[in-house]
Amino acid sequence: MSAAGVPLLNRRAQVLGHLVLIFYTLLAILPTLLIIVNSFKDRLTIFSHPFALPTASTFTLDGYHTLASSANFSLFFLNSLLVTLGSLALILLLSSMAAFALSEYRFRLNTLLGLYLSVGIMVPIRLGTIGILNLMVSLHLVNTLWALILVYTAQGIPLAVFVLTSFMRGVPRDLKEAARIDGASEYRIYGMTLPLIRPALGAVTAISMIPIWNDLWFPLILAPGEKTKTIVLGASAFLGQFVNDYNAVLAALTLAIVPVVVLYVIFSRQLVSGITGGALK
Amino acid sequence: MTDRSLPRVRTRRPFPWHVVVFVTPALLIYTVVMIYPILSSLWLSMNNRLPDGSEVFVGLGNYRKLLASELYAQPLWNALRNNVVFFVVHMLVQNPVGLLLAVLLSFRLRGSAVYRTLLFTPTILSVVIIGFAWKLILNPAWGVQRALLTPLTLQELDLPWLGLPATALPALSLISVWQNIGIPMLLFLAALVRIPEELYEAARLDGAGGWTIFRRIQLPLILPTVGIVSVLTFVGNFNAFDLIYSTQGALAGPNFATDILGTLFYRTFFGYQLQSGDPYMGAAVAGVMLVVILAGLLIYLTAWQRRITEVQL
Repeated sequence: MSAAGVPLLNRRAQVLGHLVLIFYTLLAILPTLLIIVNSFKDRLTIFSHPFALPTASTFTLDGYHTLASSANFSLFFLNSLLVTLGSLALILLLSSMAAFALSEYRFRLNTLLGLYLSVGIMVPIRLGTIGILNLMVSLHLVNTLWALILVYTAQGIPLAVFVLTSFMRGVPRDLKEAARIDGASEYRIYGMTLPLIRPALGAVTAISMIPIWNDLWFPLILAPGEKTKTIVLGASAFLGQFVNDYNAVLAALTLAIVPVVVLYVIFSRQLVSGITGGALK
Repeated sequence: MTDRSLPRVRTRRPFPWHVVVFVTPALLIYTVVMIYPILSSLWLSMNNRLPDGSEVFVGLGNYRKLLASELYAQPLWNALRNNVVFFVVHMLVQNPVGLLLAVLLSFRLRGSAVYRTLLFTPTILSVVIIGFAWKLILNPAWGVQRALLTPLTLQELDLPWLGLPATALPALSLISVWQNIGIPMLLFLAALVRIPEELYEAARLDGAGGWTIFRRIQLPLILPTVGIVSVLTFVGNFNAFDLIYSTQGALAGPNFATDILGTLFYRTFFGYQLQSGDPYMGAAVAGVMLVVILAGLLIYLTAWQRRITEVQL
């Protein structure tokens, strides 16, 4: 894809384009920057000069100290990490297996299975919340991280299978046939194709990760206990409790922002190529 | 897996156990944790509990109650109306602005990749953060709003936007637009960069400007994506909950002005200060949401898809 062809804009249009983009970029990032910057300032300056950067005299870590002493933030963080990583591992493993079968073999229910799974791409899992809660109650999984992992896995499978199946179809047949002739089992051949679709696995990871990490609904309903709170639910409860301690609130928000932004920076290329179907590399 | 030492009649097609092994785990979790709960919710919505504690099948009775009784009908219609407003704001602001940004990025101005990355950041943040950040900014006590508006001599706009019944819903819709704009932007951009170079070459020879290129080349070719973005917006909006809940609480204040189907569903099922929860009626609200979403999908599949044969993504 060559970049040369597209721009047909004259100088004025280019300047205008930049102005619009710069304006919108500021709109997009200013609220977040405002939170992060103000979390390092003392309370007076937060209110009197919201846009100022912290200086030597206004810099403070009070909010972070309050946070460290009063909330189980590290536990919530760990919960979020376990739930996200556990769900992602299951989504990647189970979806790649199913996608391998759907792309590799012709069997009677092939098309039907594809259709059945695609229901889950369009119909939100939230509509089954009451059924899910009843199910988790009867399995004694309420207030465990397993409840969340299972739900997010179920939620992630349809789209992951859809994306991975189309990538699996692109793996050359000769390779697999050669392995079969050498006596490799079907399971070996599956294992062999995984490294070949690594970009697709990265894309699925990136697309699935963000909604899982950020979800509020299912933690609120399935795992609201103090030991199983995720960081999003924990932050939301904390914000309600400390609503007037702006230092602590801003520090809590900053801590909840940073991990996602770090993950985003690491995965942003896969995310973009995942959402755009590999068109932008 | 076959025992080679035993003489065995080779059937032409042995039962493909490996296919079963590959497909079953995904299918099992998907069916048990997603499809079965949705169906069991629907079943629950057609039942109710008698005073003696036994469950009884009432058919569409709960739905009738939801649509007609004083206690349920008013909140339901209110939530549905608010949800429509929420959706319309997304369609009128999020998708056109997303398209504009995508078109600008598709012209590959200097620094496009940086813009693209930064423009997508709000989308990756949790709504809890988004909601609180905007609550602080729009909070009269913090005065960020005032500090921004006063230099522009727009002091009259310094209002408690989230606290007034008339403005809370549009304000929250715009916050949601602000957060979610990255997704239509990327989907439009993906469609735009697939447009063959020759078309631009031809336009260049004809001396077409940016606007003509957009009208005559880009827009017609990305119509399928417009459809997909609309349907994604629709499903996402009629299933929304997190932003309203984390800024306005379960009661979706002020005075239910920001109540949408998702928050109504939560309250009906779990109850709140004024009313205890009811799983049967909650399931019925979920049933209504399912019907609304399926209706939207159906309109998309019949009316939109039929006109556009080429499917992208």
